[in-house]
Amino acid sequence: MADEPIIKVQDVHKWYGNFHALKGVSMDVQKREVIVIFGPSGSGKSTFIRTLNRLEEHQRGKIVVDGIEMSHDVRNIEQIRSETGMVFQQFNLFPHLTVMQNIVLAPIQVRKWTKQKAEEIAMQLLERVGIPEQAKKFPGQLSGGQQQRVAIARSLAMQPKIMLFDEPTSALDPEMIKEVLDVMTELAKSGMTILAVTHEMGFARAVADRMIFFDKGEIVEQGTPEQIFNSPKEDRTKLFLSQILRH
Amino acid sequence: MATIEPALPPVTERSNILRWARKNLFGSWYDSLLTILGAWFMYWALSSLARWVITTAEWEVVAVNMRLFMIGQYPLEQAWRLWLWLGFLVFLVGNSLAIWGKGSRYSVALLLFPAVLAFAFPFGDEPRKWLLILAVTGLIGWGIGRARPEVLKRSVIAGWVISLPVIILLTRGLSASETGFAPFVKTNLWGGLLLTFLLTVVGIMFSFPIGVLLALGRRSVLPIVRWFSVAYIELVRGVPLISILFMAQLMLPLFLPEGWTVDRVVRAMVGITLFSAAYLAENVRGGLQAIPKGQFEAAEALGLSGAQTMIFIILPQALRLVIPILVGQFIALFKDTSLVAIVGLFDLVGIAQTVLAQPEFLGLQREVYAFISLIFWVLSYGMSYLSQQLEVRLGVGIR
Repeated sequence: MADEPIIKVQDVHKWYGNFHALKGVSMDVQKREVIVIFGPSGSGKSTFIRTLNRLEEHQRGKIVVDGIEMSHDVRNIEQIRSETGMVFQQFNLFPHLTVMQNIVLAPIQVRKWTKQKAEEIAMQLLERVGIPEQAKKFPGQLSGGQQQRVAIARSLAMQPKIMLFDEPTSALDPEMIKEVLDVMTELAKSGMTILAVTHEMGFARAVADRMIFFDKGEIVEQGTPEQIFNSPKEDRTKLFLSQILRH
Repeated sequence: MATIEPALPPVTERSNILRWARKNLFGSWYDSLLTILGAWFMYWALSSLARWVITTAEWEVVAVNMRLFMIGQYPLEQAWRLWLWLGFLVFLVGNSLAIWGKGSRYSVALLLFPAVLAFAFPFGDEPRKWLLILAVTGLIGWGIGRARPEVLKRSVIAGWVISLPVIILLTRGLSASETGFAPFVKTNLWGGLLLTFLLTVVGIMFSFPIGVLLALGRRSVLPIVRWFSVAYIELVRGVPLISILFMAQLMLPLFLPEGWTVDRVVRAMVGITLFSAAYLAENVRGGLQAIPKGQFEAAEALGLSGAQTMIFIILPQALRLVIPILVGQFIALFKDTSLVAIVGLFDLVGIAQTVLAQPEFLGLQREVYAFISLIFWVLSYGMSYLSQQLEVRLGVGIR
């Protein structure tokens, strides 16, 4: 591709005490690319995605997001964060604010939009994720699936260039997973750059441009869904896929 | 032909007082024994108390010294200024109850409280008149608040914000010349409930922001800020309030340059504020620690700065969590202000001591201390009740 990659990661290392959590991860992400990251528990996939907006600090290597290099400079970090949306396993909505207030807070405080503009856009986003009627409720009054959709709308309200999903469906009851995946699928098809840590292989097969298999703090294998599902090269990938696809 | 009997309600619904008593009070022989003993003890305690209150006690001492108990030596011809700010407060309370309160019947009862006071206690004619005016003012405020709740919201909040300066200014006076409008009243004349109230309100209003800042400071990543906060909190918490009050009264003048004096009441206020702030900081820190890490992460991931995260996300949740603890602390502070009597200020307890030192009231400790205990209890319970309303209003434990 001719374009400059929107995320560049070179030889990133991270330690927790003596535990080597990331062992030299390198990758590039192109604009509009949809990447699914998967791997066993404790493989470092969540840690990795969290280094991309500095919720985890990396100790060696280089991360460049949208042309800004991740450094200790707080302004750089805040700029990268405002260009990068993140959706968490536990939703992390603000329980003391209504759905609408959850969504408009950051655009008003960080982007300095007027309240009116922020609320208009928030309403559009709530319609996009299918729950405009919930705007005045508090997060505690919503189901898990609805909360996660609000969390997606909240991230999108900042009009990010990249969306990071950290196991967005792992805390949901089975019947609610689909409503969240539908929103993510629609988002992927709209051309958003997406990195998602998830084990939803149906989602991966349907929309991923690239799948990355993490194990023991490093990238073991990557390729298109077709390559990964039909002809995985590494034994570890084969073993893991057989374990999660068996049931 | 048999008539159809109406179906009897289930047994539980047919129970009357006798059934209830048999089930709950006389269920077995030891239940009965405990019930009888308890009833006898309650009867004995209450009837002795009532006999003392009605026949033995000499309430003259309260009636004669009512003014001292309420305002100390504050000059009577300037007392209208105190009634004025009381009226302002009562008006705001009326407004607020109408706008934010839910149970309208209780609101009216609460606003009629001054009128009840006027007849229940041995006030003179002048204070009685003022108390009735207060009750009317409160009801008017309530009526206005009900008529226009949305329009008034902002001005009522503004009213509360300026209420403390208004109270202090009116109490202290506005002009230096004795013949001018509302001349200064020296703080050594402030006393009784007036002084207790001012010490408490100033203590709460100032220790709250200082305590929050100290709590944040203790969690700060900046070492100097953190060390200062830790040192301050641990130092102050390791010392009794009375020693801080003594230091403020006796040692502070030694450190100030020649000719500088700080008013004694102000010194007590500063001492109480600084003391309370240290405890408040730890309570707020408890609330901060209860906020899950995910809340910080979500706020930061959206690009909010550290300060924005604190102000909009963390503090509102943390403070809501610790409302019961904070109110408990404020009630303790209210009662702790009585320690200023020991360093020579005439708050309620200080006044009680001076009243009891007069020859004609010797030996009337029981009456005097019962009376001021009643005042402390009514106001403490009032604070506790308000905090419960606030918790319900803010949905503590629900959201």
